[in-house]
Amino acid sequence: MFGMVLPAFIVGGCICVVGQLLMDLTKASFTPAHTLVVFVTGGGILGALGLYRPLIEWGGAGATIPLSGFGYALANGAMEAVQERGFIGIFSGGLEATAIGIATAVLFGYLVALAFNPQG
Amino acid sequence: MENKDWRSPAIGVTPQEYADLVTKETPKPTLVKNLIWAFVVGGLICACAQIMINALKGLGLTAKEASNTATAIVIFFGALLTGFGVYDELVKRAGAGGIVPVSGFANSIVAPALEFKREGFVTGVGARIFTVAGPVLVFGIITSIGAGLCYFLLHR
Repeated sequence: MFGMVLPAFIVGGCICVVGQLLMDLTKASFTPAHTLVVFVTGGGILGALGLYRPLIEWGGAGATIPLSGFGYALANGAMEAVQERGFIGIFSGGLEATAIGIATAVLFGYLVALAFNPQG
Repeated sequence: MENKDWRSPAIGVTPQEYADLVTKETPKPTLVKNLIWAFVVGGLICACAQIMINALKGLGLTAKEASNTATAIVIFFGALLTGFGVYDELVKRAGAGGIVPVSGFANSIVAPALEFKREGFVTGVGARIFTVAGPVLVFGIITSIGAGLCYFLLHR
């Protein structure tokens, strides 16, 4: 039950530290949106190079929960789909692999925005 | 708050003294504190997700299903806590520890949507949902297609 929890904590924590360094050592014009874009792109590139997979094998949720894991899933999905279906997989694989994350984020995001009112 | 020691810097202060004063009064770099907060909070969110994955695997889900479900649950709580106004307080303290996990992605979807709710459900909520998620999806999808294309050219 508690296997992998400590590696997840360490890997997840370290990835967030990288994000904090990015935010603190850059100009104020580097917004959280930029941070998230860097992570999704970085995770995708590391995934394509085969460098992100070991992080997931060792850190489990510590590597899949940060947004770099979303980037990895997009890139890895495209490569797996190419293996199975060839050329068309280039375009279908990424979104297929991440459909649950995108669909739930849009659904829960919209419902919460409907149900709550802005604070303050 | 009234500062008893304050006096106008224009009187009897040379530019050098003023510069020294500015250096002295500027808050100390909080980088190390920020990094520790980011590590602990980011790590804890991932550790919670790992406990969910372990529990879901115990219920008979495959590794991939368990991981996807845990991600959806973290997204759900990120969105919900943003609605309650709790998640933005967390981000103020934890910085990247709150922003980088997918719960922060959910926060970046809900926060602008809520803020622009008065502009309506289509051009307000519907459009603002993608203020941050839009760029993330654009760059993510292009990277994904690039990865697929490279893989196709190298292995086919």
